[in-house]
Amino acid sequence: MKTLTIVSLLIVLITSCSYQPVKPWEKDILAKPTMALTPDKVDSFLDEHIYFSKEASTGGQGVGGGGCGCN
Amino acid sequence: MQLKSRKKSIKSQLALASCSLLQATSQQASASDWDIQTDVLLYTEGTERVSLMEPVINASKEIADDEFVDIKLVYDALTGATPNGAHASSQAQTFTTPSGNSAYTIGPNKLPLNDTFRDIRVSVLGDWNYALNRLTRINWSGSLSSEIDYKSLSAGATLSHDLNQRNTTLTAGLAFSSDRLDPIGSINTPFAPMIRAGSATPQPKGGTESKTTTDLLIGWTQVINRTTLMQLNYSISQASGYLTDPYKILTVIDPATGLPTSNLNADELPYVYEKRPDSRSKNAIFWRGVHHLSEDVVNLSYRYYWDDWGVSSHTLDLHYRYELGGGSYLQPHARLYLQSAADFYRHSVTDGSPLPDYASADYRLGEMTSTTIGLKYGKPTGHNQELSMRVELMQQNYSTVGTLVGDQQNQDMTPALQALILQLGYHFYW
Repeated sequence: MKTLTIVSLLIVLITSCSYQPVKPWEKDILAKPTMALTPDKVDSFLDEHIYFSKEASTGGQGVGGGGCGCN
Repeated sequence: MQLKSRKKSIKSQLALASCSLLQATSQQASASDWDIQTDVLLYTEGTERVSLMEPVINASKEIADDEFVDIKLVYDALTGATPNGAHASSQAQTFTTPSGNSAYTIGPNKLPLNDTFRDIRVSVLGDWNYALNRLTRINWSGSLSSEIDYKSLSAGATLSHDLNQRNTTLTAGLAFSSDRLDPIGSINTPFAPMIRAGSATPQPKGGTESKTTTDLLIGWTQVINRTTLMQLNYSISQASGYLTDPYKILTVIDPATGLPTSNLNADELPYVYEKRPDSRSKNAIFWRGVHHLSEDVVNLSYRYYWDDWGVSSHTLDLHYRYELGGGSYLQPHARLYLQSAADFYRHSVTDGSPLPDYASADYRLGEMTSTTIGLKYGKPTGHNQELSMRVELMQQNYSTVGTLVGDQQNQDMTPALQALILQLGYHFYW
């Protein structure tokens, strides 16, 4: 039930914005490297390794990746 | 006629330019260049605890029209001391090293740390990403990791499909990994007592030495408007096999005094090796929003995680890229992590009481609050080159569980952890 509530809230959050499809020629800002979902890939990779080693939670951003005996 | 042809060409070029918009990675290099990112991470928990040095080289290239490869080489060197799972006591405590050949002693009122901890890890990760058709892409990934006592092999694929004038991307990913453990001194029988070093009694050994993990992810990425992008993922991960930490122990306490028990057989020490379930099902819901202000970019994410070990967590992560002009930038980072304890997490087991089904005193499975603050500075140093430096501080605070007995009430059962994270990076094309 808790999961369903969270998913519902996130979907509402995304879809509640008044939506007009963005045309290809309007994507100049979105195409900037800084607007990538993960702009600093190596930073994210290293952070995931640190937090994988020091915390009990993983996942959410991708699948697979380098296993490690650190946890 | 000529004008019409030119118009079509511009439109197709614009469409092409937006093709890679919804991909997690951005590709700037021309087809003939390797896009190289080199970094060195230095992580330290202070002079008495773990330190890590981790150089990484990430190389990306467009190997054919709209076809990319990404290769990452990673080297880890770990040194220092790590908590062995026993808790502090008003008495000095002696432990056997993982090899079983020697002993180390921890003074009174100190957190027991195993200072024989050394490891080197080498890892290679690769991605191959290409279009299956005009709207669908596939990313094949694989990785290989090797350290002294652990080997891991994984492979996966992620399919993404664009819809709605490429404003929506649906993603599905699947990966398998197979890990093999070869712990120093081999695997100790769970809940077996730690045997004194150098004694005639052998340490009980045995158990599965492998684990397998299957990851599944579905995702939805949405362009909200010209300056805002959002992502929503759900992932599930199923692990089975040996999920116990082969080096972690728990103190066996006297039920009256809370001190390590003295009711022992010959050659035994008052500690037992931990035991975790042999399967784990993890779930995560991940949301990310990226928003472009007039110059700066805000990248905010939230993850809710839960598993069948009883652990659940909230992770909030914020990056703010502040443009200084001329390509230089400052990027503050804040992260907050709140975790509940695993059902079987405890500080000790009690002499004379039945053993639980599972038990671990690994602080990483306890209730914790972890905060990180950091700052990154990046500066272009030439044509398509950039130097960057990142400094972060992480603090973890843990809570005690259950009822503390006798001497345990006078000890810091869950000392906080501070870590310093330093990263130097250099980006160039070659």
